[in-house]
Amino acid sequence: MDKKQIKDTAKKHVPKHTKLRNTIVAFLCGGVFAIIGQVLLYVYMHMLKMDEKSALSLVIVTFIFVTSVSTGLGVYDKFAQFFGAGMFIPISGFANSLTASALECRSEGPIYGIGSNMFKLAGSVITYGIVSAFFFGAIRFLLFGA
Amino acid sequence: MKTIIFENVYVQSRATAVGKMEKDGPLGSLFDVTFEDSYCNEKTFEKAERALVYHACDQAIRKGNKKISDIDVIVGGDLINQLTSSHYFARDMNLPFLGMYAACATSSLVIGEAAMLVEHNMANYALAFTSSHVATAERQFRYPNEYGVQKKPTTTLTVTGSGALVLGRKKTKIKVRAFTPGKIIDWDHKDANDMGLAMAPAAYDTLKTHFQQTNTTFKDYDLIVTGDLSKLGYSFLMDLCVQDGYEIDHRLHDCGLMIYDFEKQDAFCGGSGCACSMCVSLAKLLNELEQGVYQRIMVIATGALLSPVAIQQKESIPCIAHAIVYERSEA
Repeated sequence: MDKKQIKDTAKKHVPKHTKLRNTIVAFLCGGVFAIIGQVLLYVYMHMLKMDEKSALSLVIVTFIFVTSVSTGLGVYDKFAQFFGAGMFIPISGFANSLTASALECRSEGPIYGIGSNMFKLAGSVITYGIVSAFFFGAIRFLLFGA
Repeated sequence: MKTIIFENVYVQSRATAVGKMEKDGPLGSLFDVTFEDSYCNEKTFEKAERALVYHACDQAIRKGNKKISDIDVIVGGDLINQLTSSHYFARDMNLPFLGMYAACATSSLVIGEAAMLVEHNMANYALAFTSSHVATAERQFRYPNEYGVQKKPTTTLTVTGSGALVLGRKKTKIKVRAFTPGKIIDWDHKDANDMGLAMAPAAYDTLKTHFQQTNTTFKDYDLIVTGDLSKLGYSFLMDLCVQDGYEIDHRLHDCGLMIYDFEKQDAFCGGSGCACSMCVSLAKLLNELEQGVYQRIMVIATGALLSPVAIQQKESIPCIAHAIVYERSEA
């Protein structure tokens, strides 16, 4: 049996794409997260009498805290399997990747384990975040001045 | 190399140790030792996998009324780099040890190798084992366990467990009849999240080679099981067989589809790992062979020999499958 025949046969057994379902679920989940964030912002600003900047930071910290705790309790990945990009793209996805990597490498100790592996998955985001910030900052400076 | 036929190799005793999810599956009551969580009373997952090996081997030796000193050689393997579980287990055994790796096909490979040593009087008793653990395998081959990335529907779930058996020349009801070593098949498949499809052509090649060399077909076996092709690979393999004109006649099955309850358990496409084919064949299939449900069965363990580094370098996945034939003998 040649490779072509194998490949043609394999195509028949590839499961149907669930892209549409994933997109809709991710859209709704991301939207719900945004609403929760907005409510939290309102609560922090008006009930705790914080200024907008501090309240915004506190909203982000709240999301990170809840994500990290639920990752540690082992429930985050079960929800993430269902909601997909809706939980992956917001700050919760970033927090989860840090906590999950740290938990996994705990057995190798604080330096070689947690310290050097915590950014194993999130490292790309940081690296390219800094690189793109440099270039966009430079472009902005050249076009519009300081 | 041709299919190796054995005349004097019998399974003396066998045992399995598994984790919680396997215990809760449809075969749960058949396993010898079961654990309530992934840690198996140890501090790390790596040690947990080792604990599974210890329990499986310990039970296998005890059930055969043997002592460790009766064993002449140990043949074993697992999925972790440097065969960590196997080597650390063998460190404490003080016996000659042969470590082998063929990914999930390791189970048939170690049994085949042990059978060769026994058949040719190089060992009176040989202990063969394999192990895998979902947490250690995920960590090495995929992502951290708690990482919330959406897994593809083609994913398989690594079986947490270990199986061990003692082979010898003393007659028992289960005879190891033949071993067909497979060759590596690579059809340019690159999706590391879809092992079932990747491995099916390798299983098909070994199956066809075995049929040709021994002049047999599906009708000569009561059951032929593949190791861990999962739902997709299983249907792919059937398709390949049918295209070549084989009549399967309900004789083909897959260990990865037997170990979990798809209705109740979140098992994606099925079980995988070198404990999958080992635990299912030792706990279920050999029991049924012993009881006379079957007279002759074949286990084709399938392995995807991927390396995470090679995958990131855009290489394809080489796959292999080794077959072992068991026969019932009137002891």
